[in-house]
Amino acid sequence: MGIRLTVNGVVHDLDVEPDAPLLWVIRDELNLTGTKFGCGIAACGACTVHVNGKAMRSCVVPVGSAANAEITTIEGLGAGGLNAVQQAWIDHQVPQCGYCQSGMIMAVSAFLATNPSPTDGQLAAAITNICRCGTLPRISAAVSELAARKGAGGPR
Amino acid sequence: MNRRKFLIGGATAAGALVVGYAFWPSRRLARADLLAAKSGERFVASWIKIANDGTITVVIPHCDMGSGIFTPLSQMAADELDADWSRVRAETAPADPLFANGPLAEGFAFEQVNISADSIPAFLEGPTATSLRVLAEYMDVQTTGGSSAVRYTGVYGMRVAGAAVREMLVKAAAARMIAPVGEFRTETSRVIHVPSGKSFGYGELAADAAQYSPSSHPKLKAKSEFKLIGKPIRRLDIPAKVDGSLRYGIDTQLPDMWYGAIRISPVFGGKLVSVDEKPVAQLRGVKKVVQLDDAVVVLADRFWRARNAVDALQPVFDNAGHGEVSSKTIRDAHLAALNDGKIKKDSSTGAGAEALKNGTLVERVFNVPYLAHAPMEPPNATALFKNDGTLEVWAGTQDGLGSRAFCAKTAGLHLNKVTFHLLPSGGGFGRRLPGLWNFLAYAVKTAMAMPGMPVKLIFTREQEMQHDYYRPNVTSRFRAAVHSDGMPVAWVNDYTTDEGPNPEAHIFYSVPNQAYGTAKVAVHVPTGPWRSVEASWHGFFVESFIDELAHGAKRDPLDYRAALLQDKPRHLATLKLAAEKAGWGTPLPPGRGRGIAIVECFGTIVAYVAEVEVNDAGVVKVQRFTSAAACGMAVNPDGFKAQIESAVIFGLSAALYGEITIDHGAVVQQNFPGYKMVLLGESPAIEVHFHESDAPVGGAGEPGVPPVAPALTNAIFAATGVRIRELPVKNRALAVSARPPARL
Repeated sequence: MGIRLTVNGVVHDLDVEPDAPLLWVIRDELNLTGTKFGCGIAACGACTVHVNGKAMRSCVVPVGSAANAEITTIEGLGAGGLNAVQQAWIDHQVPQCGYCQSGMIMAVSAFLATNPSPTDGQLAAAITNICRCGTLPRISAAVSELAARKGAGGPR
Repeated sequence: MNRRKFLIGGATAAGALVVGYAFWPSRRLARADLLAAKSGERFVASWIKIANDGTITVVIPHCDMGSGIFTPLSQMAADELDADWSRVRAETAPADPLFANGPLAEGFAFEQVNISADSIPAFLEGPTATSLRVLAEYMDVQTTGGSSAVRYTGVYGMRVAGAAVREMLVKAAAARMIAPVGEFRTETSRVIHVPSGKSFGYGELAADAAQYSPSSHPKLKAKSEFKLIGKPIRRLDIPAKVDGSLRYGIDTQLPDMWYGAIRISPVFGGKLVSVDEKPVAQLRGVKKVVQLDDAVVVLADRFWRARNAVDALQPVFDNAGHGEVSSKTIRDAHLAALNDGKIKKDSSTGAGAEALKNGTLVERVFNVPYLAHAPMEPPNATALFKNDGTLEVWAGTQDGLGSRAFCAKTAGLHLNKVTFHLLPSGGGFGRRLPGLWNFLAYAVKTAMAMPGMPVKLIFTREQEMQHDYYRPNVTSRFRAAVHSDGMPVAWVNDYTTDEGPNPEAHIFYSVPNQAYGTAKVAVHVPTGPWRSVEASWHGFFVESFIDELAHGAKRDPLDYRAALLQDKPRHLATLKLAAEKAGWGTPLPPGRGRGIAIVECFGTIVAYVAEVEVNDAGVVKVQRFTSAAACGMAVNPDGFKAQIESAVIFGLSAALYGEITIDHGAVVQQNFPGYKMVLLGESPAIEVHFHESDAPVGGAGEPGVPPVAPALTNAIFAATGVRIRELPVKNRALAVSARPPARL
């Protein structure tokens, strides 16, 4: 029951059950630990990765369903230098414990790719990840700045 | 609260605020180097390493659980050291007695604060004349809690260490030049010989400097000389938290590691009666079912296989006689305890409760529910009991040294046989403090049953939600006698407790007659410190009741409080700063209201003005939180600001939605949908203002939490006329139809 998985551009042939959660395959088979386990039921978003560019909560994605997809994790997002969202997270000093931030950054980066200048309402509807440290005000500020730059046609 | 309280300040002369520190004797440097120095670097004194290339590493006897303390602590050391900040690093101290946090013990002693630790040997209880550093070693103190890192470790340890090392570096340069030390000054990691202009980098001097004994009372900088302290310097830990590279406890990977998933008795105290292992015996990857006293663990080669297997088991647990306990029976027990008259007197001032007859009686009862900590990283630990009889454990906790002692005790091994690796935590909030270490205990017990096999035990969110040590459920009754001018002449507060009385109940308002008492309620639900601990409930109670008295007197809640704070200038200034910045008293549209609250804890005063909108359907939208904080000075103002923002969101999640309920002796809530959090779209605008003063540096992590709930509910009252005396807010109908008739 081999499964071929493409993560961060690298192809892996894995001997795992098709119903194994993508999260745990990424963490335990591929040793990419930047993607975090928070709830196991897609309620918190700590495990968010990109599947064909779309943000998905990998704890409930069966690995078999992602077999032919391009998967990007936090490690892949900034592989060629920090992504604009990651840089904004540093500029706005967003993370506290940091545990939810991989998922936050993946969720926000996928969202801004499709909607570069969202309204507050669109942002609130799209980003429903949980952060227990309460970094939300800084996330809002960071996203606003990214959106403003995009709106002004600034650099990515 | 299942934790022993321990006062270590008995032997310390009150008021002797001499900032100094008993550094390691020089023979200990070699051992410190062995434990924690890389090639090319060495310890010059406690907490500070300097490498040949000039890199300065501040070794921090705390955990990184999110509050960002590694940065201000490093700022404090580096400022006194006149270090080049671009060459400063921070790292976690090893969980070794050599790195016990003496300054923390010193801080708690000077401040006469109770500290708690599960790992404190019984023989140390009571006054002792042992030096505080040695005391800290005995006590296994490396605790991160009590908002203590900056105000204790920083003030009593890091600044002193930085200043002492600077003096040692100067001595080393003076010896090389054969010149008096008075001819040298220091700047950006260089010692400069003023007359000649010749200078040495710290890296060049470090090995020589380490030969001198550090002064326990080096000359510290005056506030006006600070270059790094008080600056909003960027956090050192953040870059590794945006690219996924930081390794938390849960990311520990060992060769040939097995993963453990656990099912604990749903009813607290219940024991495992039996479990049929057959359903999982043939499952792929399953290695072993480990039966513990009150839990069953499945070990498998991957976590999801272990979790699926443990879910496939149907273990039978007993209920330890708690099968009938529910939130309702607990509530009844609280009310009965308060009403049956068996109140244990705590303290009183003036005529105490006798003065209740001197005015119109106002009586109110408040309640807060159990709360889970719910850190984003579910508790976990990795343990390996080696065939040579030693135990090695990796985990994120709020006390590395204490964890090591706890693991040794749990395994029945001598401390010397146990190594503990303290890793960053994905949130703590008290969940990882001593006394709350079920995740360590289960991991160690599992590893001890499987010698030679590394085991990573991870609580699922469901197991964590149901096997936390909860913020207690507390009921509080106030009786006040109010004079004809509306001001209180007597204040009597009795509240339930599962421990002793709480000093946090005592008010700072000037009421001439006060009395406090407690009613003990024994419930089988385990409880523990939750970010801001006792202040988290008394802050809500006191600031709600005072608001009721103000409204009852038809006085403005700000003016009413101010009238009772005339002999508390810092409190008054902080309250007024928040009010002024929030535009207190300016008109608001219909459906909106403002609430004010002020609480002092952990050495810091925080005041909030909350502004809310409640629509006709009763939906609460928190618009804005304006805060003022009095913490002496903020060592890193942006870091402090982040902690207040954090506290507002954390406090709002608790106040609006947070409750752990009990049914048939077990926790009802399973996961996040049942334990709701404030999300991005609900996050209010938050402003942070400082009331600076020469008062001692105060804590940052916790003081922002307690006034959140009362500011919110006072604002809801202002908007709707509905007084919320029981949290969370979600349980109270706020629609127009549920509101009292409109007031004048």
